Amino acid sequence: MQAFVRTETKPALPPPGRTKGVIAWMQANLFSSVSNTLLTLLGAYLLYLIVPSVLDWALFSATFTGDGREACLRDGAGACWPFIDAKMDQFIYGRYPLEERWRVDWTFFLGVAGLIPMLIPSVPYKLWNAIYLLVPYPVIAFLLLTGGTFGLVEVETSFWGGMLVTLVVAITGIVASLPLGILLALGRRSEMPIIRMLCIGFIEIWRGVPLITVLFMASVMLPLFLPEGVTFDKLLRCLVAVALFSSAYMAEVVRGGLQAVPRGQYEGAQALGLNYWKMMVFVILPQALKTVIPGIVNSFIALFKDTTLVLIIGLFDFLGIIQLNFTDPEWSTPQTAITGYVFAAMIYFVICSGMSQYSRYMERRLDTGHRND
Amino acid sequence: MNDPRVRGIVYQLLTLLVVVWIGVEFWTNAVSNLERANIASGFGFLDTTAGFGIVQTLIEYTEESSYGRAFFVGLFNTLIVAFFGIILATVIGFLVGIGSLSRNWLIRQICVAYVEVMRNIPLLLHLFFWYFGVLRAVPGPRESLNFLDSVFVNNRGIYFPRPEGGDGFGLVLILVAIGIAASFFIARWARKRREQTGQPFPVLYWSLGLIVGLPLAVFLLLGMPLTFDYPALKGFNFRGGIVMIPEFISLVLALSIYTAGFIAENVRSGIQSVNKGQTEAAYALGIQPGPTMRLVIIPQAMRVIIPPLTSQYLNLTKNSSLAVAIAYPDLVSVFAGTVLNQTGQAVEILFLTMSVYLTLSIITSILMNWYNSRIALVER
Repeated sequence: MQAFVRTETKPALPPPGRTKGVIAWMQANLFSSVSNTLLTLLGAYLLYLIVPSVLDWALFSATFTGDGREACLRDGAGACWPFIDAKMDQFIYGRYPLEERWRVDWTFFLGVAGLIPMLIPSVPYKLWNAIYLLVPYPVIAFLLLTGGTFGLVEVETSFWGGMLVTLVVAITGIVASLPLGILLALGRRSEMPIIRMLCIGFIEIWRGVPLITVLFMASVMLPLFLPEGVTFDKLLRCLVAVALFSSAYMAEVVRGGLQAVPRGQYEGAQALGLNYWKMMVFVILPQALKTVIPGIVNSFIALFKDTTLVLIIGLFDFLGIIQLNFTDPEWSTPQTAITGYVFAAMIYFVICSGMSQYSRYMERRLDTGHRND
Repeated sequence: MNDPRVRGIVYQLLTLLVVVWIGVEFWTNAVSNLERANIASGFGFLDTTAGFGIVQTLIEYTEESSYGRAFFVGLFNTLIVAFFGIILATVIGFLVGIGSLSRNWLIRQICVAYVEVMRNIPLLLHLFFWYFGVLRAVPGPRESLNFLDSVFVNNRGIYFPRPEGGDGFGLVLILVAIGIAASFFIARWARKRREQTGQPFPVLYWSLGLIVGLPLAVFLLLGMPLTFDYPALKGFNFRGGIVMIPEFISLVLALSIYTAGFIAENVRSGIQSVNKGQTEAAYALGIQPGPTMRLVIIPQAMRVIIPPLTSQYLNLTKNSSLAVAIAYPDLVSVFAGTVLNQTGQAVEILFLTMSVYLTLSIITSILMNWYNSRIALVER
């Protein structure tokens, strides 16, 4: 019998190609095939078109010092950053009287002092914290900002502006829209036909029309509906409009969450003898709201961005006040406007992406492992 | 009161009573306020002469036209912005959405960055950036950017040559229409045949031949019966040709670039929602990556993509009302702006304006729900 046994050693295989390191990574991710290489070249070309010119405008050719338009009037000058620096106070406070601005600062710090422990999960006393933010804080903020009591000078809302107005509109909208939206969502799923129809009608009408028409309605139509002599502050009317508008969107987000709660949870709560409100508050809503955190934050972000529209009805929010300052002859240069817009874009970007990052963090934290993935 | 049914009825009646009371209160206040301010009520104003001009009109409109006609001018201007905005946003959104799943690292990073940046900046800022930042920086008519002596770009807009058909050009247009209809039927037939027999059919080449090739051949045979009215600098401005005003361009650009960021995320999540096993099964059957994407992944992803895509289309249409910020003559700007200022009839005008948007919303969602129910997954 013949044995098939190899007598000489087989030549060793060549070492495997690089699997680690920069070059191997580039081969796998950028140049794995002809079409991939073409895409990489296309992407590199796009970056080549955008990045150098942006950097040149914002940094290399930009003006950083100076106290008037002359500094930014050179040939080929880029961004005019001293403009932002000079107008910073206006961007934050609008025309709020100089000697009263400490009140805005205090309102801001009191809010931040309540908000930061609220946002850090490990800090205790969350309930008291929330109560502080929802009950005494709005009252304090209102009294501080408007004045007229406790020896504070009254500051009419027509003097408010800049980041102050943006934050007031956004935060009031957020705080008001969440409970209103929850109520509307519960109403929409209610078994009482009249309440259900009213809620559906309310939600669908607000969701079907643009925010601008709602703001127009608040500014020109609402005064007609009020009895003679009763006038509402313009900012307040705008706040009402924003709150109603965003509560309709919030209602749909919450409805999604309510629908995601399994039937057994309702039945279980009923079997324990809980009444409707107890069932909702202790069993259903905590589960429903947790699943729709991304949706809630998305509508907060949308609301924050939409606050810019108040400039169309003549309120000077952050964007509005930046735009107003373009008309200042002291700073009128070809670069002033674009610098202001880019600055505004950066601020909105930082705030909005900050909110969405935080929501992703919360989502991971509250994840109780109920998901399939 | 202990019977839940009785309690429910009482609650509902109370709610209804409050709502009706608020309505009546508003109504009586409005009537007396309007009387005192001497503002007419009713829709009679729609027949009154408007007396103001509009820079872009798709239908005939002069200063002598009525407010009613101004309403339609604004409506059509809104619709045309929405139309072009939706097309552009869909194209950019799908490209970026697919790109953010690309195996190419660089393309993926660029697409992800696009989505992050565009979505986190307010739309109004996008609009101002394009209108005041970019299009205002374009030179005036005398220093227009010139492309082949036929397309001119300046701060008054983009000027294109206007095609004017000669003898027989109508025939070419009819052929194009027939080509489109025929390709539609061929596509349906090919799909049916593929589903029954598995035989593929080159629909794309046939459609291209029918829509472009055949009309082009006839066009050449007829001796190219088409002339162009070229825009030309006369005095201080361009005359002739077609002009796209800067307001229109910046509105379409801002709307589509902003909305594309959201559409890209919908597309990405739609494609990711398709189980990996579907791709693996298709590869196991020996189907090439291209057809796998087209015939296996995309049809399943579309089910997830369509409903949010509908909302994005609606958002874009509603957001076109931001036109009022740069004075593009859309419905809100013309009707709820200029006409309202002139007549003061806030209630009627806002009612009409809001009804238009509500109707558009309802029509879009009916159409999209119909489409959605056609492509929805049928289970059990």
